[in-house]
Amino acid sequence: MKRFIAAVVLGLSLAGVAQAAIDTYEFAKEGDRERFRELTKELRCPKCQNQDIADSNAPIAADLRKEIFRMLGEGKDNQQIIDFMVDRYGDFVRYKPALNARTALLWFGPAGLLLGGFVVIAVIVRRRRGQRAETPPSLSPEERQRLDQLLDKNQE
Amino acid sequence: MRRWLMLVPLAIFLLVAVFLYRGLYLDPAELPSAMIGKPFPEFSLPAVQGDKTLTKADILGKPALVNVWGTWCISCRVEHPVLNRLAERGVVIYGINYKDTNADALKWLAEFHNPYQLDIRDDEGSLGLNLGVYGAPETFFIDAKGIIRDKYVGVIDEQVWREKLAARYQALVDEAKP
Repeated sequence: MKRFIAAVVLGLSLAGVAQAAIDTYEFAKEGDRERFRELTKELRCPKCQNQDIADSNAPIAADLRKEIFRMLGEGKDNQQIIDFMVDRYGDFVRYKPALNARTALLWFGPAGLLLGGFVVIAVIVRRRRGQRAETPPSLSPEERQRLDQLLDKNQE
Repeated sequence: MRRWLMLVPLAIFLLVAVFLYRGLYLDPAELPSAMIGKPFPEFSLPAVQGDKTLTKADILGKPALVNVWGTWCISCRVEHPVLNRLAERGVVIYGINYKDTNADALKWLAEFHNPYQLDIRDDEGSLGLNLGVYGAPETFFIDAKGIIRDKYVGVIDEQVWREKLAARYQALVDEAKP
């Protein structure tokens, strides 16, 4: 019995999660539904960080979804809607931040590190090649004679 | 050979260590407000008490704290007595009753005392949205001209006020003096 109750409680709680954050909006144009989905995926919830506003149950995320719906109805384009959000909540709300002086490191940092890695590898490879070329290909006659002597001595 | 190359790993380690050490003390919930330096948004909303309509003109003229609160917000209850004491000391505080029911708000103010010189009723959260509010309590610092100069997210307690915010408010007051 206890098990059964636990299962029911677990099931109910899962159902709650699955149904959360689904609002019913009637879109005037079919294209708007797709844009709404895109925008709510790209904007980040300011309260529950690390969730987009499509995904979040926070009241503020619901408000922002409503606001996006309203602006879509007014015929605003995506850039206008994103600018509206950035004006109020800052670059933080964008999962794809705009390219500016403050976000340059974010955009180019990984590529820069990768490039740096390649440069280090190139330098090491080149240096090794140089070293190999520098080593004398064979022993001088005197050295060879001495080597033979040593080897002979060992064999005896 | 090039001895200094041996120091490179140590340098990288120190750099990363400094970054991570700093990261330990950063609060990721503290967002830089995009509103700082911008004028307070225009609004036309009813007052919590009485049927007056309040607009931006009503909050101009004095440097002030604009406190976003709601009866549903548990930490606002912790903050409220501190605001009462600040108001007694002469700090100008305006309130935005954010996404609340007015009856609850009136009851709260009657019960816990009213520190707000004006209290704006923002049932729909429209002013809150224009201010970039994402929770409560949040407190904006505005100067006499209505420019948002600072923002504090979270509960203002005596310590935060003393160590951080009092100086900021005082700076705005000094600036407003001729």
